[in-house]
Amino acid sequence: MSDNLILAPVFIHLFIAIFQLIAWRKTVTQRILSVGGALVALISAAMLFTHVYVHGTITLNASNWKAPFSIVFVADLLGATMVVLTSIAGFAVSIFSATGLSRQRMLYGYFPIFHFLLMGLNGAFLTGDIFNLYVWFEVIIIASFVLMTLGGRRNQLEGALKYMSMNILASMFFLTGIGILYGMTGSLNMADLSIKMHDVQNRSLVGITSVFFILGFGIKSAVFPLYFWLPSSYHTPPSAVAATFGGLLTKVGIYAILRVNSLIFIPDDFTKKLLMVMAVLTILTGAFGSLNKMNIRRLFSYLIVCHIGFMVGGIAIFTKLALMGTVFYLIHDIMVKTNMFLISGVIMQLRGVITMEKLGGLYKEYPKISLLIAIVLLSLVGIPPLSGFWPKVYLFREAFTGQHYFFVAALILGSLVTLYVIAKMWAEVFWKDIPADVTVDNKFEPLPFLRKLLLLIPIGILAIASVYIGLNAEAIVQIVDRIAEELIDTSSYINAVFKK
Amino acid sequence: MELLLILVIGLLYTGGVYFILRRSMVKLLLGIMLLGSATNILIFVLGAIVKAKPPIIGSAQEVLNKTYADPVPQALILTAIVISFALTAFAIVLLKRVYALLETDDLDNLNTPEEEDI
Repeated sequence: MSDNLILAPVFIHLFIAIFQLIAWRKTVTQRILSVGGALVALISAAMLFTHVYVHGTITLNASNWKAPFSIVFVADLLGATMVVLTSIAGFAVSIFSATGLSRQRMLYGYFPIFHFLLMGLNGAFLTGDIFNLYVWFEVIIIASFVLMTLGGRRNQLEGALKYMSMNILASMFFLTGIGILYGMTGSLNMADLSIKMHDVQNRSLVGITSVFFILGFGIKSAVFPLYFWLPSSYHTPPSAVAATFGGLLTKVGIYAILRVNSLIFIPDDFTKKLLMVMAVLTILTGAFGSLNKMNIRRLFSYLIVCHIGFMVGGIAIFTKLALMGTVFYLIHDIMVKTNMFLISGVIMQLRGVITMEKLGGLYKEYPKISLLIAIVLLSLVGIPPLSGFWPKVYLFREAFTGQHYFFVAALILGSLVTLYVIAKMWAEVFWKDIPADVTVDNKFEPLPFLRKLLLLIPIGILAIASVYIGLNAEAIVQIVDRIAEELIDTSSYINAVFKK
Repeated sequence: MELLLILVIGLLYTGGVYFILRRSMVKLLLGIMLLGSATNILIFVLGAIVKAKPPIIGSAQEVLNKTYADPVPQALILTAIVISFALTAFAIVLLKRVYALLETDDLDNLNTPEEEDI
């Protein structure tokens, strides 16, 4: 019975979405369903996580077919952790969008699509079948296309076109890879593939296939030569949508790279080198791109790219400590990046613009809100003891002992640039006096107290999560340690799937 | 038969890559569709193209030991076709909206600077 728990985070979002479709155009019902449902999903995710943490990996075979023949759902510690993070971020964004979004957007079906997106994310984290993973990816991208185009403003559609064509292309690479993989091994079950890949004679074909997967997931997670769609599309949709995208969508790509490279393709020297070069260049281009951006959301988009490089670098080193760094950074990054875009939404409400030249004086007018935001910004930069600091310790250490000096340099530069742009943003948005020629369009002040509070609560939840990750890093390290152990030695995953 | 299909796959990939490198939005869409078909046929070929060899175990036999047509790739292609149908439908509507708003088919014109932007 407890094995059915695996599908709870998927099904809860499916049912919320269906009920919301029934309540079409009834925005109040949809909002209540969304927030309540997201809370239930969070609870179920937490139950799944504690179950997995205590009893180890659990699996569910569809229709009770035996392992390699059925579509299997697997909740190992990595998958369960990702589901919990998705649910926390989803809950926060759901509160934020229920308060902050315009009624117009809700009437066009924002909420059902948002929950379909969360369903797709949870499914992708829990499936143990490579073709099923492809299907979940398609659920995610079609939902994200609709979220990105809802509203239909000119720059939104322009951004969506780039986003759409790159993502369809990525799926195509992924599907081609799956096809060749099936041709080589005759299996789609990831645990089964993990065993059968050892016996494949044609090693060069294995290498080529792994490049297909890296290309497909690389486009989705926005690594160096493949990231250009991200900064030209993520600033266009409203903040609540951008928060979901920025916090979760690129991280699915990283999760998939981790999963595929630990189970199916064990990275050889070529793959490691390829990933390392991509990681270093991703950090550098993301960092340099963020330097001259005055639009806050564009700045955050480039920071996403920059920090994706940190995680890919950890995968490229592929030692236990480096993987610990990567997974820890993943946990930290989902919380903080979601929060950053929510913050940009609040700034938009306060001032009506999000360009730094036209902003200022927020600290003088709203000292409490500014301090809340400051915590998040400091976590992003990685000031000890906040959450961004600890994963970097692991990454630095492993990069240094593994003599990846270019990566060390990129890490230092990336962190410094992050510090610089965030300091610049703080000075421009919060400390500087508001420019004399700007008339402020404050939509926040006239709101009733409860709505003001509801706009800030999601930011508070995510900020508390960041602070908790930072201050209670010992607990997180224990989880991350087990995840890295399972990624290096996949026998527990394989045994769980085959019920040995 | 297999050789013919392999040639078709090659042609479709070539055509698809050529089309997506063009600047026109419609050709971008056509290119994506061609690449999708190429991938589907690729998966189809991987499941052994044989005539009249269904994967059914006869009443006298215990296991299948001859070559047989693998049904799994066909199921995969069906799923992929349905998905790409939905994606293409969405893409066509999006292209039409973009064309109606911008009145251009050129991908290079898709960079309208926003007034509050760098």
